[in-house]
Amino acid sequence: MSVSSTTKPAVSMTERSSSANLSSRRLRGNLMFTVFLSATVISVVILAVLLWTILAQGWSWLRLDLFTNMPSRKAERAGLQPALYGTLWVISLTALLAFPIGVLAAIYLEEYAPRNWWTRILQTNISNLAGVPSVVYGLLGLGLFAEWLRLDRSIISGALTLALLVLPIIIISSQEAIRAVPSTLREAAFGLGATKWQVARDHVLPVAMPGILTGTILAISRAIGETAPLLVVGASAYVTFNPNSFSDKFTVLPMQIYEWARRPQDEFQGLAASAIIVLMAVLLILNSVAIVLRQRFRRKIRW
Amino acid sequence: MSDAFVGQGIGEEPSPLLTGPRPPAFDLSGTRSRRGSERVIGVVLFLCAAMSVLTTLGIVAVLIEQAVEFFIDVPIWEFLFGLRWTALFNNPHFGVVPLVTGTLLISLIAMFVAIPLGLMSAIYLSEYAHGTVRDILKPALELLAGIPTIVYAFFALTFIRPTLLEPLFPSIDSFNALAAGLAVGIMIVPLIASLSEDAMRSVPRSLREGGFAIGATSLEVSTRIVFPAAFSGIVASCILAFSRAIGETMIVALAGGSKPQLTANPLHEVQAMTGYIVQVFTGDVSTGSTPFRSLFAVGLLLFVLTLAMNILSQWLVRRFREVYE
Repeated sequence: MSVSSTTKPAVSMTERSSSANLSSRRLRGNLMFTVFLSATVISVVILAVLLWTILAQGWSWLRLDLFTNMPSRKAERAGLQPALYGTLWVISLTALLAFPIGVLAAIYLEEYAPRNWWTRILQTNISNLAGVPSVVYGLLGLGLFAEWLRLDRSIISGALTLALLVLPIIIISSQEAIRAVPSTLREAAFGLGATKWQVARDHVLPVAMPGILTGTILAISRAIGETAPLLVVGASAYVTFNPNSFSDKFTVLPMQIYEWARRPQDEFQGLAASAIIVLMAVLLILNSVAIVLRQRFRRKIRW
Repeated sequence: MSDAFVGQGIGEEPSPLLTGPRPPAFDLSGTRSRRGSERVIGVVLFLCAAMSVLTTLGIVAVLIEQAVEFFIDVPIWEFLFGLRWTALFNNPHFGVVPLVTGTLLISLIAMFVAIPLGLMSAIYLSEYAHGTVRDILKPALELLAGIPTIVYAFFALTFIRPTLLEPLFPSIDSFNALAAGLAVGIMIVPLIASLSEDAMRSVPRSLREGGFAIGATSLEVSTRIVFPAAFSGIVASCILAFSRAIGETMIVALAGGSKPQLTANPLHEVQAMTGYIVQVFTGDVSTGSTPFRSLFAVGLLLFVLTLAMNILSQWLVRRFREVYE
């Protein structure tokens, strides 16, 4: 490190170190501490206001009909059942597609990949993909799955698109989890004659699993809240039936929220708020599952 | 790490101890099937990792293919430097500049909110917070990061504009850059805060202790020692956040409006690049028409802009990182 950055303040401090100066420095320190603290607290306040706004608007609309009714042009009869089922279908399929591929890719990068230019390209590419705007993934899904593979505006197109979107996130978090596994574990297994795959499957993976699962669930939570890519791939705004197969048209919760939120009438704003409450509840449940899973796995491992 | 074991699986080379006659029951040298399956597994794992490269190629191919067809109809300089965007009108003009300024206006407002809030939160969390306060504030920030963007869009529409902005600026458009920018700013605060906090936490303790030993206050240590030492990581986090703001879609589509115009007034309605993409898909534009292809040209521009920023941010971290022994 450069020494200058530490010596500079030291010199200026010794030059004028009267007690008056010290107390003014302390005062400034305390003042800025309050500023830093309030900046952090502002975020919490915003979070509280946001949650309160949504609860206040949506609570009265949150009734049982919401879950059993189809969307309707009349606010009193509108429900979100197709959106709820659509989210369930799309997200399960996304998880089924993205989880195995993501974990296997992470195993390759951490346990198998030689250190050469190709691996570096893979790694850079993955971190860049994580920064591509989600709406661009939508355009990819539209061009590749909906049109080129003729999968049309179906659940499978949407799920494939979302799977590509969350793949980099799953790979990166799985890599971190795998990297945290102590190397002594691998060395012991290799010493007993295990093959590379046996070491990865039987020793590295179980230990890394809590981390991998947490990362995956966070990635899936992100997919549940995504609107833009599905809008582009062709989630429909107005679906009045529950999906039955992977080739059906579909809508998802965030799409339904978008649909309601962009209508000017107050009733639909209320409906949008109630759908947001449902969406946030789903996310909350999922994240609690992540915490429980992590703790169960952690308890199993005894060194 | 794993390199150390390349070629050391027992199956790879016959060890001198195992050569010579041996009973088949104790054959640990790795049978042919074991070696074969190892190879198959290696290939499968490699293919999974290569998926990411295919994704990138897919994005580039899809965007370029349609964009090239668009540029046959509309010259590329007219697209890049044209000042009018009326893609969905009868006499369409495809000048992307108003969309780009719309995006920049919203993103700059967002950074104006997010950089001070995010950096001060990062300093607080990394240098001051401990115990209960930290246990409350840190999860709250993480919660804020996990909220879907459509929720922020709704917040901008039903709280930020009517409750916060309308009393202050009675002449404000009902869709405007300011409300969208504030909401995007709130959305990226956690990103800046957590990445900058990571950068500041990785500054070694000894530097801080050196500062305290010569009589610096906590503030002086944080702002004159830790902050400069973590500066590359902090700048990188801000660039990453800016790129996220540019690519943000639902907030700008719902709260920013759909009127592309060259304006620097945040109270006016604008349209961002991502907002245009959403507008086209909520209306009905037929596949293969020029407005439809213009989506991919806009998407390509968006992709190139965000990619450039992400690469810049990674380069900054690598180039200016201070390595401590």
